[in-house]
Amino acid sequence: MSSEASSALAHQFDDLAQQSEAATLGMWVFLVTEVLFFGGLFLSYIVYRASYPEAFASGSHHLDVMLGAVNTAVLIGSSLTMALAVHAAQEGRRREVVLFLLGTLLLGGVFLGIKGIEYGHKFAQGLVPGPSFVFPAPHARQVQLFFALYFAMTGLHAAHMVIGIGVLSVLTVMAWRGHFSAVYYAPVEIAGLYWHFVDIVWIFLFPLLYLIGRH
Amino acid sequence: MSQHVILPQRLYFRVFAALLLLTFVTVAVAYIDLGPLNNLVALSIAVTKTVLVILYFMHVRYSSQLTWVFVGAGFFWLLLMIALTLSDVFSRGWLPLPQGWEAALGWVPFA
Repeated sequence: MSSEASSALAHQFDDLAQQSEAATLGMWVFLVTEVLFFGGLFLSYIVYRASYPEAFASGSHHLDVMLGAVNTAVLIGSSLTMALAVHAAQEGRRREVVLFLLGTLLLGGVFLGIKGIEYGHKFAQGLVPGPSFVFPAPHARQVQLFFALYFAMTGLHAAHMVIGIGVLSVLTVMAWRGHFSAVYYAPVEIAGLYWHFVDIVWIFLFPLLYLIGRH
Repeated sequence: MSQHVILPQRLYFRVFAALLLLTFVTVAVAYIDLGPLNNLVALSIAVTKTVLVILYFMHVRYSSQLTWVFVGAGFFWLLLMIALTLSDVFSRGWLPLPQGWEAALGWVPFA
């Protein structure tokens, strides 16, 4: 084993393959808890949408499909750059790892920027649940429930994006300083798992929130 | 378990193209009236995109069987949570409430 590899190997593991396997499994255990964390919100969504289908459709009509679709494409693009960063790390190309991580950070920032613009519109239109919520009868209270779920789900998702951007920023600096190599890149790989998971959450949020009863 | 398989870079671009195409399809289909099928189509497309991301971007297709078990367990428990909760929520009101048990327990109704 090269000295580069032995310095990356923690003493409790037999070899780097076992260490990498443990890191991947650990990340998946965390992601399973995340699946169920978001799952609770999706479950509330299913129950209330089944109870008030017309209200959910009219609430959904107040979301901007174009901005939502663009954001979906932006997030899928950031998943691509993330996957390419892991790929570059596997082949030990340091410059490309840094560039693809920066690309991922940029696209993540664009996503949050568009999300911020959308939130701004909702505040201006009085669609934020609470005392300032304004919506014409007959479904005002049920539509408020839709927007409560909209803000809870997209807000929790955005919080995960912010955390992801923080993690990837640290990794970008580490990659720049040469902490990773073709034999040791587990941090880039498991941060990628987290980033792709956040993408998957949005893959469900977009049709469920933006595309109800559009026809 | 050896070190991870390195996939050809073009595979990632193909998956990306498929994900974009499916996003376009899900938006287009939303504007066509298919009745209850709209939900089914939207969810099927979302599940397909998720499977693509998990298998290729997250490398699960090339990961150990232990990883498969962990991933499968996560989604199994998610489905269990949803199925059991919905079976309760949607079956409420199927049977009439028994009469008189409140008084027998000395329980005073709220409203």
